[in-house]
Formats: sequence, C-alpha cells, structure tokens
Amino acid sequence: MGMAAEAQFHVLAVDDSLIDRKLIERLLKNSSYQAVTAVDSGSKALEFLGLREDDQTNPSPPSVPSNHHEMQVNLIITDYCMPGMTGYDLLKKIKESSSLKDIPVVIMSSENVPSRINRCLEEGAEEFLLKPVQLSDVNRLRPHLLKGKLREQKLQQQQQQLSPPPPQLPQQQQLQPLQQPQQPNNKRKSIEEGLSPERTRPRYSGLAVV
Amino acid sequence: MALKALKSQLKAVLESLYTEGVLDHQFDQLQALQDANNPGFVVEVVTLFYEDTEKTLRELTKYLEQPIADNQRVDSYVHQLKGSSSSIGAQQIKLACIDFHQACLDNNKDGPLIKLSMNSIIYKANSRLLFSWRKESLLMIPNNSDDY
Repeated sequence: MGMAAEAQFHVLAVDDSLIDRKLIERLLKNSSYQAVTAVDSGSKALEFLGLREDDQTNPSPPSVPSNHHEMQVNLIITDYCMPGMTGYDLLKKIKESSSLKDIPVVIMSSENVPSRINRCLEEGAEEFLLKPVQLSDVNRLRPHLLKGKLREQKLQQQQQQLSPPPPQLPQQQQLQPLQQPQQPNNKRKSIEEGLSPERTRPRYSGLAVV
Repeated sequence: MALKALKSQLKAVLESLYTEGVLDHQFDQLQALQDANNPGFVVEVVTLFYEDTEKTLRELTKYLEQPIADNQRVDSYVHQLKGSSSSIGAQQIKLACIDFHQACLDNNKDGPLIKLSMNSIIYKANSRLLFSWRKESLLMIPNNSDDY
C-alpha cells in the first residue's frame, strides 16, 4: 500500500544573496514536499551537479550507483545577477552539458529587462521570474518540477537496466533483501514505504558476487 | 489578555508602516511564510536585512568621507541592498537605492547620498520601534488569517 505517492522534489537554488536564499528555500518548502539545496554561486552549483571545471562530468561507469546529485535534482532556480558566473552563464553551461541539459532551469531577476528575459528563454530557461518571488510564482514551477522528476525516474530506470545489483558486501555478512532498489537518495525516500519495485529482476540468493 | 493587547499594538505599528510607505506588500509575504513550523522566519530575515543595511551604511559613510573615491563600489553595495530590501518589503529603502543608482548613472554624487542616508536613518528609527519590544515580539506578527 504505502503512502499516497507524494513525490519529493529536489530543487537546487542558486543566489548570492543570503536573504534571497532563505526566502526561496522557505517559499519552496512551504508549498509542497521538497528538499532544497541552496548555494551562493554558479560554480558551487556546477560542483554540486558533478560538473567539473573542464566541463566533463565525473567519469563513472554505469554499473556504479551514482552519488551524483545531478540525477536527483529536479529543478534549478537561479538568480541572474551574480558576481563571477551569472545565471545566464550557468544556464549555458547546463544546456551545453549532455548530462545536465534536461534539468529544467528557471531564472530569477529583480530587473525587468525584456532582452534579458528573451535571451534566457532562448537559451532554454523554462521560465523567468521577477523578484521578489512570491508564493503564487511557486505554483508556476510545478510543471517544471514534474518534468525534472520524470527525467530522474528515467535515469533511475536506465541505470537499473544497465547494471546488475551492485555488490553489497564481499562476505555474506549482510543478507540484505536485494529487492530494494538501490537509490542514491535512500535517506530521503526511506519514509516512502510504498516504493514498489517496478521491474522484476532475477533475485540473487544471499551470496553477493564481488 | 496582555498578549492580545500586544499583538494589536504590533499590528497597528505595522499598519502605520504600510501607510507611510516604509513597508510594502512583500512584507505580507514574509508573514505568510511564517507558521508554526517556522515561527522565527520573519525575525531571522529582518535581522539579516538589518545587518545588510549596516554594511551598506558603513560603505556610504566611508565614501562620504572620501568624496573622490570610486562610487562603483558603493553602487554595488547599494545594488545588493536594493535587492534585499525589495525581498523583505522595505519599500522606502528600496526606492532610495533606486534613486541612488540613477544618480550614479547621472554622475550626481552628492544629492542621492544624502537622501539615502536620510532614508536609512528613518528606517533605523522605525526598525528600532519594531525591535524595541524584544525580537520575540516579531514572532507575534499576525498572519493574514488572524482576526485581531
């Protein structure tokens, strides 16, 4: 049975202003079941997403469960005006990255400059919000969150199809029920007991293969 | 009994701040975000803002003492303050920042600084009013649904 499938969304918020980070965090958490990571710069955002300076994602064989946050992030919301890397620069980097480009990005700005807005939308931003962001604006994020969630689910499926269950422990020390899907965000999802394994896999016996 | 009276007083003060244009509807939003799970939200944000204001005032003071200094640096502090004041609904300060920025663009050095300083002082006077009842009193800021 489990709980009603209240999906938890993970949002990455990027803003150099502490007050605005507090505000966006509160706004997002207020509306629905979300986890929010707030960082103060574009470069920290890219770091969180696993994108290195040389624009390559950390190489990781598909069989290794990904700890990359890029899989879990369902939406990126970023301020436009930031020192160093602007929100637009960040948007560009994300769209240029094959692993990140499908994460929905929303831009915020205190300035209503049509050319700026158009540039961001053309570069692939889903939405452009004028600051200060209001509760009513947060509702507009929902379709983008869902899109981001869909991406996450697809990636999870792909990953599970590519790899056999990762070796848990070398010995038979733990006879963990292997039917639990291996997910990087186990802690958050642990309260959702109703996660039904969508696929059937050959069930291994207690012996794990190293 | 006393609590209710205090809450009414606080509400009255807030209303006058709205009327005077010191605060705008964005402050409503902050109140709306404060609830039983986040009782300290408004205090937290207002405190952060207050610290921001202090920082900017220090920069302004430095600039006033050295009129030949580059106003770009000050402008960027004021730009930051404009952002944060807009975010919390400190309308008066926000407008003063906008004026200042415009004056920087017009290269008018003296006028807006005086104006901004004055507005900042006005804000400080008002915020002292808000804080004079101990920060905890901000926790009693009525939500929109309150019937006081």
